[in-house]
Amino acid sequence: MKKVNPNIDKNNKVISLNGLKKSFDDFDVLRGVDLNLYQGENLVVLGRSGTGKSVLIKIISGLLKADEGVVNVLGSNMNRIAGRELDRLRLKIGFSFQNSALYDSMTIRENLEFPLVRNRKELGRKEIDNLVEVVLEAVGLSQTINQMPSELSGGQRKRIGIARTLILRPEIMLYDEPTAGLDPITSIEINNLINEVQTRFNTSSIIITHDLTCARDTGDRVVMLLDGQFQREGTFEEVFNTDDERVKSFYNYNFIK
Amino acid sequence: MRSKNENAGETRVRKYIISKRIDAVFTTLADIHFFIVRFFREVFFPPYEFKEIVRQCYEVGVKSLPLISLTGFIIGIVFTNQSRVSLAEFGATSWLPALISIAIVRALAPLVTALIAAGRVGSSIGAELGSMKVTEQIDAMEVSATNPFKFLVVTRVLATTFMTPALMMYVVFVALMGGYFNVHKNELTSFTAYFVQVFNAITFLDIFSSIIKSFVFGFTIGIVGCYKGYNSSKGTEGVGKAANSSVVTAMFLVFIEELLALQIIHAIRFA
Ligand SMILES: Nc1ncnc2c1ncn2[C@@H]1O[C@H](COP(=O)(O)OP(=O)(O)O)[C@@H](O)[C@H]1O
Ligand SMILES: [Mg+2]
Repeated sequence: MKKVNPNIDKNNKVISLNGLKKSFDDFDVLRGVDLNLYQGENLVVLGRSGTGKSVLIKIISGLLKADEGVVNVLGSNMNRIAGRELDRLRLKIGFSFQNSALYDSMTIRENLEFPLVRNRKELGRKEIDNLVEVVLEAVGLSQTINQMPSELSGGQRKRIGIARTLILRPEIMLYDEPTAGLDPITSIEINNLINEVQTRFNTSSIIITHDLTCARDTGDRVVMLLDGQFQREGTFEEVFNTDDERVKSFYNYNFIK
Repeated sequence: MRSKNENAGETRVRKYIISKRIDAVFTTLADIHFFIVRFFREVFFPPYEFKEIVRQCYEVGVKSLPLISLTGFIIGIVFTNQSRVSLAEFGATSWLPALISIAIVRALAPLVTALIAAGRVGSSIGAELGSMKVTEQIDAMEVSATNPFKFLVVTRVLATTFMTPALMMYVVFVALMGGYFNVHKNELTSFTAYFVQVFNAITFLDIFSSIIKSFVFGFTIGIVGCYKGYNSSKGTEGVGKAANSSVVTAMFLVFIEELLALQIIHAIRFA
């Protein structure tokens, strides 16, 4: 069980969603979602596969557009900004993809450099090398720097993916299923890494998962997405302290005893 | 016996399926149209991804050289050898260099180059972008504030558009050398005599139209490969499909374009 981060600033909303709706063709995925993410907080979004968790964070990072509702990220309305402004905001948001999304054709070094080389043109070779070393050290994979992504294990790829987003020092981290497809021990390591990132880099994070261990160990607060809306909200215990069958079955399935 | 009602139902279903298909075809056409429009909207505005363009030109151009050298040379030899039989019937084998030259410059070189490029480059673009799409690498680029369309699509389409004509010229040269090799062996024609005939037979219009044609072929191969990859469906199956349909579609379009070009060039030549 995670100790709630004492540095959460409840007066500072880094993300706020109001009445967010999104459908594909005639399928309503998100049906009016309201959510606040506070400065310094790790917020876990739980939900079964296909409930629209990935869609939610893709809307937050501007990869998808909401059909209805207000999406406010770091003071900017995502529905209103585009081009340069959107790019500038995106540099403050780190996105850890479900499959890590490392660039297959590049080495680990080139993967990590990519966001820097493209967005921080003022940096020299030495500064770039330094920054690469710092994030590689932070995820504990300094020795892989010259390898190709295909040579790494799933857990290592996840770490490199997280390192690649950390290199721009984002204020917000979005983790899409950080432990999916990993063995239990590697999962725990990733959970610890998520908490380390929170304190060391002062990030506010949304962690999307259907893994209850991950939710329990990384979340300061947990919300549960059911039928396109957030039905439960609170600490891990509070969320599962209910008679709602849908919630209970989710719990029982995860912790088969 | 089937009732009238049942028949009507069946017809309605069939009509529905057909109208869905037609719908899909038009949606795809509209999508490709937007894709091309987007290419032209983005190609002229900075940032220009020079480094990536050079890298792609290397991938498309230099890496195709071994295959294209071999194919071009063999086609030169085989075509010359096969044509000899017909010409020999009229005792006109001395016309061989002129015949080869016209056939290679006007038709064989542009087509062979385009087909090889579609097979080698088109499929690899489709597969590469397809797998980048499926594994969210394209999304990853976008969230790190890099325009993936510019970085991936524009660079590749430019590379195929400019490298295909270059490769075509190279194929002309290699195939003519293949032809020379064969003619020299059989008719003992000298190098100079051969190339004098070759250059006398072709006009500026022949070369010019083949170059323009190759630009169009190259553009088609790049756009089709990128479009198929960029719009690849989820899963590894989607990647395979993207690679496969890149090749099939590009080759089909190249033949259609070749037919159109034939009409246009014919009109110009006899205008
Ligand atoms: N780009 C898209 N086009 C059409 N449907 C989509 C798209 N993205 C997601 N969906 C659909 O939205 C639903 C939610 O998807 P997703 O957010 O990926 O679920 P998950 O909660 O497992 O992350 C799924 O049914 C999926 O098919
Ligand atoms: Mg998902």
